[in-house]
Amino acid sequence: MATEILMPALSPTMEEGTLAKWLVNEGDTVSAGDILAEIETDKATMEFEAVDEGTLGKILVPAGTEGVKVNTPIAVMVEEGEDAEAAAAKAQEAAPAADAAGKAAPDGGSAPDAPPAEPKAAAPAPEPEVPEGTEMKSTTVREALRDAMAEEMRRDDTVFLMGEEVAEYQGAYKISQGLLDEFGAKRVIDTPITEHGFAGLGVGAAFGGLRPIVEFMTFNFAMQAMDQIINSAAKTLYMSGGQMGCPMVFRGPNGAAARVAAQHSQDYAAWYAQVPGLRVVQPYSAADAKGLLKTAIRDPNPVIFLENEILYGRSFDVPALDDFTVPFGKARIWREGSDVTIVSFGIGMTYALEAAEALAKDGIEAEVIDLRTLRPLDTATVIESVKKTNRCVTVEEGWPVCSIGNHISAVLMQEAFDWLDAPVINCTGKDVPMPYAANLEKLALVTTKEVIEAARQVTYR
Amino acid sequence: MATRKSTAKPNISKEELLQYYRDMLLIRRFEEKAGQLYGMGLIGGFCHLYIGQEAVVVGLEASADEGDKRVTSYRDHGHMLACGMDPKGVMAELTGRDGGYSKGKGGSMHMFSKEKHFYGGHGIVAAQVPIGAGLAFSDMYKGTDRVTFIYFGDGAANQGQVAETYNMAELWDLPAVFVIENNQYAMGTSVKRATKSPDFWERGAAYGIEGEAVDGMDVLAVKAAGEKAVAHCRAGKGPYILEIMTYRYRGHSMSDPAKYRSREEVQKIREERDAIEHVRELILQGKHASDDDLKAIDKDIKAVVNEAAEFAKESPEPALEELYTDIYADVAPQNA
Repeated sequence: MATEILMPALSPTMEEGTLAKWLVNEGDTVSAGDILAEIETDKATMEFEAVDEGTLGKILVPAGTEGVKVNTPIAVMVEEGEDAEAAAAKAQEAAPAADAAGKAAPDGGSAPDAPPAEPKAAAPAPEPEVPEGTEMKSTTVREALRDAMAEEMRRDDTVFLMGEEVAEYQGAYKISQGLLDEFGAKRVIDTPITEHGFAGLGVGAAFGGLRPIVEFMTFNFAMQAMDQIINSAAKTLYMSGGQMGCPMVFRGPNGAAARVAAQHSQDYAAWYAQVPGLRVVQPYSAADAKGLLKTAIRDPNPVIFLENEILYGRSFDVPALDDFTVPFGKARIWREGSDVTIVSFGIGMTYALEAAEALAKDGIEAEVIDLRTLRPLDTATVIESVKKTNRCVTVEEGWPVCSIGNHISAVLMQEAFDWLDAPVINCTGKDVPMPYAANLEKLALVTTKEVIEAARQVTYR
Repeated sequence: MATRKSTAKPNISKEELLQYYRDMLLIRRFEEKAGQLYGMGLIGGFCHLYIGQEAVVVGLEASADEGDKRVTSYRDHGHMLACGMDPKGVMAELTGRDGGYSKGKGGSMHMFSKEKHFYGGHGIVAAQVPIGAGLAFSDMYKGTDRVTFIYFGDGAANQGQVAETYNMAELWDLPAVFVIENNQYAMGTSVKRATKSPDFWERGAAYGIEGEAVDGMDVLAVKAAGEKAVAHCRAGKGPYILEIMTYRYRGHSMSDPAKYRSREEVQKIREERDAIEHVRELILQGKHASDDDLKAIDKDIKAVVNEAAEFAKESPEPALEELYTDIYADVAPQNA
């Protein structure tokens, strides 16, 4: 009986990878545990082992192939006497259709809506800070973040990066790839697993005149460091009567990744946004990731820079400028519209933009605003938009109680009450710890469908 | 507590002894005055007095050089006076006035002085320990040979972030002197009720950090230990731990009824082990000054403290606009 070997998902968010190298040849006998191939994911190069014994009948995907979707048959194992060619033909016939591939986990059948397909990033409205005719370069969010750090480290030798696995491992999510080589171990520092300790050490280094970038492998682990972030970093300037500032950046992925359950899937945007003394940034596009991180590193205050693992691998146009920065406190209008204002930030923008596209097909023109920074919050842009559309839907991944959406609703009620034609609806993650099961996880997350329904509700259409 | 070693060393100069006497006495009189003002309602909130522990900061400051940094907990008045901060500014901060080091916005537990390299004044037990390591890191990064004194108590020594910091400090050879001010009580909990490993300095061995216990009621012993620790750090050998055995005469804070220890215990230490009395005896035995000379010093110090108290009462409260200032820096602060 022939066995197909499928392209493995080697990380929770991997949807495709590169088959870098086969370490066995057709006709070789393999045992369980033998290394079959090297596969490059979005984060690392991994060895892929055989789980069964048999003969490698046929290689279906040659070495060097990029963009191989998870679950695509890459080879066929045959038993003695079996016809490798026939088995291979059968395997390819049964290969999953392209749209069904790319999901590491089985799709939860009972979830009410289809899983969001990998969205193609909508073309953003032109950035006003960018001169017309500027060359644009397609860049992933991951590269944009790395470029921002590298540029700022070249510019200012007091800037250094510390965190778990940032140096020799090149970053748990490969954000710091290449930085150790360029800047050396003095400025790219692997820490022990000591969030509370190294966050506090970073605060002290900032008091001492340096500009630390502290990477949390994810913001879930920053809860261990919360006291240093809030009590030491955010409050000291005030408590010292303006003497002792804390110019530093805490950054890392925030929010749900995929199938990593409750303790690794929390959106902290609203938590940090509540704290005076902090700046809170949550970019969506690669251009904003780069421009805002550069601004964050230069800012004289402690900045919480919330990234998103799922967005790391997405490509966007980034202006090819020597020194591209994006100011804090300025929302960006991604799409102009007259019927409803959809306000979001970070990965929530994915749902907001998808919803806007779907709504447009039905003649509802949504204006989509990316807040980009949550503290300071550009309420003026939101209010102006609502004065035009008279309706507002907010979208975020975090929990509903005391959410960013709640705050925006309150601001609109106080400052644009007479312009509102419908109550503001907050689309959020559900009020539950993130479940592991694929179908429940999908239910827990905010969806494009919910955003569409909310927009219809506020437009009474 | 360790028995006092003989410290009547002939090589201690008159000037040095008199300086220690003045510095320690200033802290004691300042704290007594703060206690008084608290009783009068001029100082609010938490107020943690340093009375009894004066030899710790005075001895260690005597081992420090210009540019060395220090950071401590909320029991910080003594540290600020010992590193040369102005008693007026400290007292006015205690009364929450505009003339205070933090313009009245920090209070007893949160004061800073860039000029004197005093980095707080931290209200969360042990939070200053990794912060201090970061200060030491900044000096190492910049290639200076400055040292950071990181003060914390026996209570803080049980916090997890101390262990985390020891590990990083030794791993990276940070020039940090960890100063455990063991005053025997973490608020109301005696050391023996908090740990079965009561020799706190020995915990450094788990991370490869050298250290020792020091008689904290003997300013000369503290200074000698400080010099050794500083030399270790400046030589690039990494951190050093000093566990300084001391005693707090007053309660944890002003609102502490001190039911956890007997009046006799406190009285015995005051009578037999007092650090200021010790130096006073050395001065008189060595005939460095007369009783009258010392009385004149006492009088001078009282005048300094009274002046600070007057300033703290007269200084206006911060302007109401101060509520919304200093939340964000507009330009990069020049911290170093």
